[in-house]
Amino acid sequence: MNETSIPFWRDERVLKWVAQIVFLIATLAFLWYLYHNMITALAQRGLLPSFHFLSLTAGFDIGQHLISYSRNSTYGRAFIVGILNTLEVSAVGIVFATILGIIVGVMRLSTNWLINKIASLYIEIIRNVPLLVLLVFWYTGVFLQMPRLKEAKFLPGPTIISNRGIAMPWGKPTATWHTYLYILLIGLILAAIVWWRLTLIGKRTGRTPLVSAWSTLTFLGMAVLGWLALTLFAHQAPLAPDLPYIKGLRTVGGLELTPEFMALFSGLVFYTAAFIAEVVRAGIQSVSKGQIEAARALGLNGFQTLRLVVFPQALRVIVPPMTSQYLNLTKNSSLAVFIGFPDLYSVAGTIHNQTGRAVEVTTLMMAVYLSFSLVTSVFMNWYNKKIRLVER
Amino acid sequence: MSKRIFYVLGVLVVLGMLLAACGNSGQSSNAPQAVKTVIVTVQAKGGSNTPSGYGATLKAVKERGHLICGVNSELPGFGYVDDQGNYKGFDVDYCHALAAAIFGDPSKVEFRPLTAKERFTALQTGEIDVLIRNTTWTLTRDTDLGTNFAATTFYDGQGIMVRKDSGIKKLEDLEGAKICVATGTTTELNLADQMAAHNIDYTPVVYEKADQVYGAYDEGRCDAVTSDRSQLVSRRTTLKNPADNVILDVTLSKEPLGPVVRQGDDQWFDIVNWVVFATFTGEEFGITSKNVDDVKANTKNPNIRKFLGLEGEMGQKLGLSNDWAYNIIKMVGNYAEIYNRNLGPDTPFNLPRGLNSSWKDGGLLYAPPIR
Amino acid sequence: MMNREPEQYTTGEVLAPPTERYTVLGWLKKNLFSTWYYTLLTLVTIYILYIVLKPTLIWAFTQAQWQVVVVNLRLFMVGQYPADQVFRIWIALHLLALTAGLAWAIWLPRSRRTGAFLLLIPLALAALPFISSFSRINWILFAVFALAGWGLGTWKPQAMRRPLLALLLAYFPILILLILGVQPILKIVKTNLWGGLLLTMLLAVVGIAVSFPLGILLALGRKSELPIVKFFSIIYIEFIRGVPLVTVLFMAELMLPLFLPPQIVIDNVIRAMAGIILFEAAYMAENVRGGLQAIPTGQYEAAWALGLNGFQTTFFIILPQALRNVIPVLVNQFISLFKDTTLVAIVGLLDLLGIASAVLAQPEFLGKQREVYVFIALIYWVFSYAMSYASRRLEVALGVGER
Repeated sequence: MNETSIPFWRDERVLKWVAQIVFLIATLAFLWYLYHNMITALAQRGLLPSFHFLSLTAGFDIGQHLISYSRNSTYGRAFIVGILNTLEVSAVGIVFATILGIIVGVMRLSTNWLINKIASLYIEIIRNVPLLVLLVFWYTGVFLQMPRLKEAKFLPGPTIISNRGIAMPWGKPTATWHTYLYILLIGLILAAIVWWRLTLIGKRTGRTPLVSAWSTLTFLGMAVLGWLALTLFAHQAPLAPDLPYIKGLRTVGGLELTPEFMALFSGLVFYTAAFIAEVVRAGIQSVSKGQIEAARALGLNGFQTLRLVVFPQALRVIVPPMTSQYLNLTKNSSLAVFIGFPDLYSVAGTIHNQTGRAVEVTTLMMAVYLSFSLVTSVFMNWYNKKIRLVER
Repeated sequence: MSKRIFYVLGVLVVLGMLLAACGNSGQSSNAPQAVKTVIVTVQAKGGSNTPSGYGATLKAVKERGHLICGVNSELPGFGYVDDQGNYKGFDVDYCHALAAAIFGDPSKVEFRPLTAKERFTALQTGEIDVLIRNTTWTLTRDTDLGTNFAATTFYDGQGIMVRKDSGIKKLEDLEGAKICVATGTTTELNLADQMAAHNIDYTPVVYEKADQVYGAYDEGRCDAVTSDRSQLVSRRTTLKNPADNVILDVTLSKEPLGPVVRQGDDQWFDIVNWVVFATFTGEEFGITSKNVDDVKANTKNPNIRKFLGLEGEMGQKLGLSNDWAYNIIKMVGNYAEIYNRNLGPDTPFNLPRGLNSSWKDGGLLYAPPIR
Repeated sequence: MMNREPEQYTTGEVLAPPTERYTVLGWLKKNLFSTWYYTLLTLVTIYILYIVLKPTLIWAFTQAQWQVVVVNLRLFMVGQYPADQVFRIWIALHLLALTAGLAWAIWLPRSRRTGAFLLLIPLALAALPFISSFSRINWILFAVFALAGWGLGTWKPQAMRRPLLALLLAYFPILILLILGVQPILKIVKTNLWGGLLLTMLLAVVGIAVSFPLGILLALGRKSELPIVKFFSIIYIEFIRGVPLVTVLFMAELMLPLFLPPQIVIDNVIRAMAGIILFEAAYMAENVRGGLQAIPTGQYEAAWALGLNGFQTTFFIILPQALRNVIPVLVNQFISLFKDTTLVAIVGLLDLLGIASAVLAQPEFLGKQREVYVFIALIYWVFSYAMSYASRRLEVALGVGER
């Protein structure tokens, strides 16, 4: 063994481990030093880390809450209200940003000069202005400039537009709503079965039927049939129309979208869409022209070319950057605090302010954002892998 | 050309690393003296956290050569930045008064604009020496946050402002209303408490900054806006149509506003307290910045002589020079002057003195005797 | 059921470059009115543009009161930086003009665009009616310095190379010293007086400059064979990338003071800088890693074959190539950081956006939100757009995307 002839202090493997252990010890010592300082400082103020405050009464109100909340609720519940608000605006924002982004991305590739230029102009303007400035603009420049409630605009529906926000007709669950949910579930299962069968058939015959179209149709069919059945036999539709009207100082009923929500939503959607548009454009352009010509040569029509050749390949390029755009949108929703939307960051800020517990609040807040990111990336990685398999 | 660029870049990397190394090793590097002293203020105190303990703050302030005062940068009348970039306002003048008492020079103040959120942390960590930022004195803040509240400079109460045409006359009329409020304040909690007590259903619209609160109210986002009455009055003058808005005759809470210091340095606490009292006393004696030199030359009144440092050694007891109060009055003014300069009839706010009158005029300002 | 309107998806025709010349009418027909739905689309778009633009333009030119911007111009630009010390910022700018002029002459001697940038823009700014005469003189000086740099560079291109490199390297420290001050010569201007565009720029420049070496180390750590180092790098990078910048700033503002020993007090501008640096380092690391991954394995093998050790391979062979590849990405990161610095307004600093709020609190200018926000949006846009334009040119010049 000639390795024994190398003294251990010159053996690269030993050196590497020594280096790592030194690094580890140094890092841990540094972290411990920071921790020690923190604990000393906190102890001096009598604020040793504890999450006890989460069960105390919050004492402040939150303007928008998806779950019931009042000043008598706990700080913990306030925190959850913030998380849900962040999730709400992110989820809705992601859907609409994707739609708008794809539209602008396709416009950007249009041969119509005007459409093309407008898309480029839109992208260049939005991408070069800070999101925070855009949010403030949407809020003070657009949604607060709507007419006052007394002079509110009524759109057919009725939809009431004022600087208190937008109130839209919405559905109110009735007694049969729960039954309807079961019917929808059955529809979902049926759709899954259809999907599975058609995929099998597709594999056996080599002809791909419109799998997603048929399953969607199955589900929609169930939904419509269930609705009709309940209306006819139980004499009550699962959802009753809930129309907004003005009562005193506010609108009552319907779906109420506050200006803060709308501003945050619009800001995030318009900002992120500009980036998504570029992602989509790059994705579509990444598919080489030869692929399309080959598809045409094989006799596929325009739509088939897009669905079977261009899209799967473009998607592979699109998905990873799209994931980071979705994550960005979620993280950017924390700017809500500047326009008064009670998202996680804003509520956490208030909690910190009322309790003085900077360390605990920061830890919780970061943990929540981090788990959002992790869940999104895990899901998108899974999806990414899946489309890759389909393509090969 | 590309070769050149990465050559440059390589050197940049090394330079950057050196800089980072300097950054990491903090004060031990050989960075120029100037950079060091400004970026990392090393206090010559071992052991204890920030300047605390009797006399430590004054000593630190004197060694530094100026006072660091935490203020509001966007509250008209109390603390804001004028177009020359100078801080102005009622609270800001108290920072000047403190500097005048300590250094005999009101300009030896460094202002730190703070948000409502940051203000206590900044005080606790020693980033500022004193917090004079329309801060309400409450039991929780006095105990939990490791702070002490000095004499109240401004007695305020939380009010509610609504538009005249809304027909709202009393709290109960606010059923279903949207109310604009700033976060990080006692205002937010008082509002929730009062509305719960009266069983009124309302929606708060919460903003980080006062400017946003009034902007949104003025745009009609809210039916009402709530804040300290002084703030409502001063902000009302700046709305589009001030006359269309009315402040309801309800007081949601008491809001005594005053300077805040860290716990643990009683001397500093005393200094801040007596600087405030000196401005009250100046008004009680009728001494203003204009006549203070005359009074000083001619007065026979032993109390005034003590106040102006002509007899007794009042300043020294505080660790200051004996003409401390003279400096305050001469350089900054008495309470009435400070008030009128920032909030009085000649300003857009024209805020009545009310509770903030001397006890002689039926107000709450009452300074313990300086003797 | 889904086989509708195949014409809608004519992606294939998009890329063909126009080779013919059209008459105006022909051009209009080809580009705006080629089919019936394009015509419709064009008309609808024109109508929407009319609806949106008309009130905007009417507002901007007749209703808006730009006085708030004119009066507070200095606040917007440099915040509360003492008026009698502003000349120092001008010196920094003139030095930049000199450097840029030299670079123009030596590296891009034929680029007229660079020249136009360097000369016409300052002169145009000098011609603005509402700026002070001091600023006017200085903008003219700026152009003079740029021209002087160009003159020097053209006169002796070879001899001027070294001074140019020296200037480039020394610029960052000189900038900081000029703005901060050096005790006996220049009065110290404390960070709490930095504000406006100056603070925005400094935050971005310091953020990029300091996070650069940190990012390289992290990227190397992530590619490292040492599991512990790799683990820590990955944890750090993924943690930071998983949270919003504003929470990092929140932490820097509120928790950093707790982490430090009691004798050390850092002011809030430096705290925000620390937060930005820690945040940017993670993104920098990922960008550099992208560059590292683009280096073919052959390069490593060749280096080893030449007998270089790991350190030498990394620092003399791999990193220089990787960094060259990531220059455009770094410029983009700088642009996004430049925009992201607005977030410090949330934690209470008076950067451009923070100053905007402060200005809106001046009694005489309450309710001028639109004017102020449009103005600062314009500033951000001009700078970001100019930088991204430059970055695209740089990309072409470096030929990065071409391999």
